[in-house]
Amino acid sequence: MNALLEAYAAVAGADAVQHLIQLAAPLRGMKVVHVNSTRAGGGVAEILHTLVPLMQALQIDTRWEVITGDGPFYQGTKAMHNGLQGHAAPLADALLHAYEGTNARAAETLAPVLREADVVFIHDPQPAALIRHFPQRRGKWVWRCHIDASHPQRSVWRYLRAHVAEYDASVFSLADFAQRLPHPVYLIPPSIDPLSEKNSPLPAWQALEICRRFDIDPGRSLMLQVSRFDRFKDPLGVIAAYRLARGFIPGLQLVLAGGGADDDPEGDAVLAEVRAAAEGDTDLKVLLLPPDAHTTINALQQAAHFVLQKSLREGFGLTVTEAMWKGRPVIGGDTGGIRLQVVNHHTGFLVSTPEGAALRVRYLHQHTELHEQMGAKAREFVRQNFLLTRQLRDYLTLMTGLMHPGEERIALA
Amino acid sequence: MPNLQDFVINDCALVPLATGVRAQGLPGLREGLLTVPANCVYYHFWGGLLRARFDDPEFNNDFAVWVRHALHDLPLAERLAVIDPAEFADAEALRQEVLELVEQRLDEIEAPTWAPRDRQFHFMHGQLVVFDSGRRLHDPRELVDLLPQLSAGSVFYHLIDARRREPQGEDDFHAWLCALDAGHEGLVARLAQIDPYFVSLADLRAQYAAACRAHFAGAPA
Repeated sequence: MNALLEAYAAVAGADAVQHLIQLAAPLRGMKVVHVNSTRAGGGVAEILHTLVPLMQALQIDTRWEVITGDGPFYQGTKAMHNGLQGHAAPLADALLHAYEGTNARAAETLAPVLREADVVFIHDPQPAALIRHFPQRRGKWVWRCHIDASHPQRSVWRYLRAHVAEYDASVFSLADFAQRLPHPVYLIPPSIDPLSEKNSPLPAWQALEICRRFDIDPGRSLMLQVSRFDRFKDPLGVIAAYRLARGFIPGLQLVLAGGGADDDPEGDAVLAEVRAAAEGDTDLKVLLLPPDAHTTINALQQAAHFVLQKSLREGFGLTVTEAMWKGRPVIGGDTGGIRLQVVNHHTGFLVSTPEGAALRVRYLHQHTELHEQMGAKAREFVRQNFLLTRQLRDYLTLMTGLMHPGEERIALA
Repeated sequence: MPNLQDFVINDCALVPLATGVRAQGLPGLREGLLTVPANCVYYHFWGGLLRARFDDPEFNNDFAVWVRHALHDLPLAERLAVIDPAEFADAEALRQEVLELVEQRLDEIEAPTWAPRDRQFHFMHGQLVVFDSGRRLHDPRELVDLLPQLSAGSVFYHLIDARRREPQGEDDFHAWLCALDAGHEGLVARLAQIDPYFVSLADLRAQYAAACRAHFAGAPA
């Protein structure tokens, strides 16, 4: 076993890595290419930075290619992204022209690699039109949608579907997000990387030092929500829950930490409302963090006594997974992928109101032993279901499935 | 060269696929049950064992969970939850039983209730990849040490999936022990008493391990 696989075995479990080795054995030497539109920033790039080396460690010949375009290309793909998420997103002809032109040029550049590939994973809408330029392809092409496409703008989906329908398979994160397509539609939830800066254990002194930097008192209880400043994350509801909870936990502190929302025109307005609601309360900190503040988020999650993700609407909710991996039960909104992770009374609590969230904070405060037990269950639940090793196992299973189309049970034994 | 009587320990990975068929109320569930392939019904009864979920869910199959939590129809949820899929000869017979209960409920109620938009039932099916774990059993006594170490995938393959593969609906250990020379009837009888439904894979593994330990320690059945 090489060093990378050993490192994953140490945190995810030897059994999880052994599974990968056995599943990958028949796929050894296969040429796999991942294509997306950025090498830095965003969840897709974050996953590919770790997934690609792990596939290489399993002796699968894996490459990662990136397509780049001009302003109109990104405007068009941004509109597609918003449209898939259900927001109004007019796609002007000029933007579609730029989209198709960029894909045509990328197809020329990437032709030698893509023609030779056994499996091509195309991530999200940006490179989806590449397939049109490979009518004689020999490999299997898979479209991986990382977006909540449960209720897309029909015009946007109609356009994109014409490209996606040509693929051999597609992958969505949850059944709720999937669309009907004329090929196998796999359901593979996202995952976190346990070896990343955001999820590796931090020395206690470092977590303490980071908390002090933000004037957080480590001697008092801390409530935390990590998320963008977005109405659907209900930051004002979290503040209301904190104010209720302070009635029975004197000295309770609240940190609302999140990145800026460049692509959300409402983000600044929500942040201003949150700051106004926090004004005058020195125990309530609103932290606007840069996108690479992974260690800071890690430290806050490690220091928090009560972690909330009180979303009114949520995609998968990887911040929930991150907190659970640090042994924290999560008080989460009863919506989206949070339901898949937060199992009431086991790994946390599902709530619908600020009152419900305050009640559960009070409950966990009074039942310290139960708090610890739920945290341990939460971590184990993530270990089994939401680590990168599980996501890769699902990809390997999918790749095997592509080699045996139509078979429900595939015996490699 | 493995002995013909060696037991090959396999492992498996299950990946779910969407069918694109959804239901938002009981009439939609009925339509879906009539439309989807029977293996979808099998997946919604057994697939949960290998999926992301907790070890002790309130109800044991996806239909019962959805009817309880999305439609809030407790009587139907209870009737669905009590179905033991191991009692049915095949997935088609299981489908008919679920369909029967849903149709009966539709006859009983004045008007069907609807689930919220984000609580629809999604019909799914699974693709199972089976691979050799490299482990072999030469003697039934080795079960005592081996069973506690089996992965969830191996437990699923040999104790759950086997019942669909084997014409008698038995698990793989049962079939192996019966094929060996005489003398293992006591162990076969003990294992046959274990009910594979209503428990997690971890619990099922523990029950098989305990039965083997007790048998070889000479404890009365």
